[in-house]
Amino acid sequence: MNFASRAAVAAVRAPDGRTRVTRLRSDGPLALRESGGAVYLVGAGAGPLGGDDLELTIDVGPDACLAVRSAAASLVLPGRRPGPSRLAVRARVAAGARLVFEPEPAIAAAGCDHRALAEVTLERGATLTWREEIVLGRHGERPGRYVSRFDVTYDGLPLLHHELRVDENATSAAVLGAAKAAGTVLLAGEDLTREPYAAEGLGVLPLAGPAVLVTALAEDTVRLRDRLTRGTAEARLAAGIEDPPQSPPTTRAAVSRDAGAVAGTAPDGGAGRR
Amino acid sequence: MDAALLLLADSRLPAGGHAHSGGLEPAVTAGVVRDLPTLADFLRGRLATAGLVAAGLAAAACAGGRPGLDAEADARTPSPAQRHASLAQGRALLRAARAAWPHPALEELGPSHHPVVLGTVVRVAGGTPAQAAAIAAYGAVTGPASAAVRLLGLDPLGVQRVLADLAGRIDATAAEAAESVRAGVLPAASAPALDLFAELHRQADLRLFES
Amino acid sequence: MGLDHSHDTVAAEPHRELRETKPHRALRLGIGGPVGSGKTALTAALCRLLRDELDLAVVTNDIYTTEDADFLRRNAVLDDDRIEAVRTGCCPHTAIRDDISANLDAVELLEERHGPLDLVIVESGGDNLTATFSRGLADRQIFVLDVSGGDKVPRKGGPGVTTADLLVVNKIDLAPLVGADLDVMARDAERVRGGLPIAFTSLRESPDVPEVADWVRSAVRERTPA
Repeated sequence: MNFASRAAVAAVRAPDGRTRVTRLRSDGPLALRESGGAVYLVGAGAGPLGGDDLELTIDVGPDACLAVRSAAASLVLPGRRPGPSRLAVRARVAAGARLVFEPEPAIAAAGCDHRALAEVTLERGATLTWREEIVLGRHGERPGRYVSRFDVTYDGLPLLHHELRVDENATSAAVLGAAKAAGTVLLAGEDLTREPYAAEGLGVLPLAGPAVLVTALAEDTVRLRDRLTRGTAEARLAAGIEDPPQSPPTTRAAVSRDAGAVAGTAPDGGAGRR
Repeated sequence: MDAALLLLADSRLPAGGHAHSGGLEPAVTAGVVRDLPTLADFLRGRLATAGLVAAGLAAAACAGGRPGLDAEADARTPSPAQRHASLAQGRALLRAARAAWPHPALEELGPSHHPVVLGTVVRVAGGTPAQAAAIAAYGAVTGPASAAVRLLGLDPLGVQRVLADLAGRIDATAAEAAESVRAGVLPAASAPALDLFAELHRQADLRLFES
Repeated sequence: MGLDHSHDTVAAEPHRELRETKPHRALRLGIGGPVGSGKTALTAALCRLLRDELDLAVVTNDIYTTEDADFLRRNAVLDDDRIEAVRTGCCPHTAIRDDISANLDAVELLEERHGPLDLVIVESGGDNLTATFSRGLADRQIFVLDVSGGDKVPRKGGPGVTTADLLVVNKIDLAPLVGADLDVMARDAERVRGGLPIAFTSLRESPDVPEVADWVRSAVRERTPA
């Protein structure tokens, strides 16, 4: 069966200065758990299937810090029903707040037809670390169609509009060439390098706005992650920051769970998704 | 198509294009473009990404009524080297266009990215957003193709064949961009390899083309 | 539209008023000629001779690298920020003649950076005998030949030899070695140039080239009357 799922997480800064997760709504394949100071997407199924329509909303209130990660890579598969699968993530990061969004890679399996959409609204003074990694097919497999659009505004102005299309043109030497994995890390709002840096398969690109896009191409996920990590360090080190910001702490207090969508009790339907 | 628009699409246009390879030179240096088939492959990818984005911005600039297009162009051009090249080519085109088609809209236009200037000039010269998109998409492959002739000594007749084979895709890309702009969406197709090439090129000791 | 308009760069704006009230912009002097004839040596010599009396800057056009700009920097003839290098996409003649936008950009950038200048030298990338500067880029141009190309070159003419405002025949010290007859060269050049001036130099032996420096001084004076 196919899902129209709407999950949400919200965090605020409590009077004691710590971040409280005030909303944690799981829905269908989008299951959220709070663990070790971060919110995890635990993926109650195989990942997006053809026909799925998933949405995750993230709201980080003024001066709060939130990290969203995932427990494992997600495998993007074709569904039994026609039509693309869709995953939209919408995030708002308020002034003085920080969001770290670092899910594990998405693997575009053969025959998939997927649209990933991320819309991030950064208020002035917000900081962001946003990672996206796409693997082009499982081992020895050619990927299906995967379009990932990333739209970010900072203080009401466009910061980055970036769409990666894994389609018949992606193997062009101008686009992805022979790479089997492509990824980016967007760093915004911190003190970052203004000097671009490039090496084989890695670019550290200061944007016109207050951000740096680290972009990497590699033959596999391990090397991709290495390059993104190196590029992220480069973007911060070059700006004289020796210790990159740690993932923000959250407390487990006061998590309100929306009725009918309690984390960990994803509605049946995860079963048989393979 | 009007003769004025043919002038704008002509590689004779003295707007600095001859010194830009659109990432072709670093791709040649990296060994990924070597001959006619690899050139065709490179141009196809460039057209579908940078070409589509440029065509969208040109169409939007031609249609007018949408402020902040340079910020939109910046946000679609993560590579500083590419932003620099686009602004330099925009400056050169504006200079040439002010001389050729004097018009208040061109005097008012400040420092702008190349597709934004192009779209504005097409409007001033009497063209439509679809035509602006077509000229942008066309230029996105003819510039690098001409650089390939100079860098690799490729048979110019063979390169012309490659371009002729791409003609249908150029038209389709321009149509997609114009349609997208009509629907209120600016294309944002990225080309990570071109981004990396652009920065590697800027670092290189030996380079013949500005970009 | 005049070439002294440069309001299409952000940096240009603050200086715009200043320049528009100044009666003259810098004299733009093109230095062209075949590969290896001594264009860069002449540029360096002129910078050394004139830098204390004139406010000047240089644009280089290299075929391959920024070698000429680097040469000028290494020899410390001018501050780094008074030298701009232009890349020409394998077409040095295009950049000085058919599509001069990159060179105009570089000239304007130097004028923005340093305020009103007296002289901007635009040195072309080495090319062939037919390469000349567009009048849209250079107010005056010098064409540099060397004797090792043979004493027939002036006779053969070509736009550089015949129309340049000053023809410099360099490396005259090599004339006996390559069997070039300087008298023949002078006679032929005078004939094809219709009275335009010619200077014979050996930049290697005597880098002070007073006749060329004087010619440049008078060109600058003509442009900016006292």
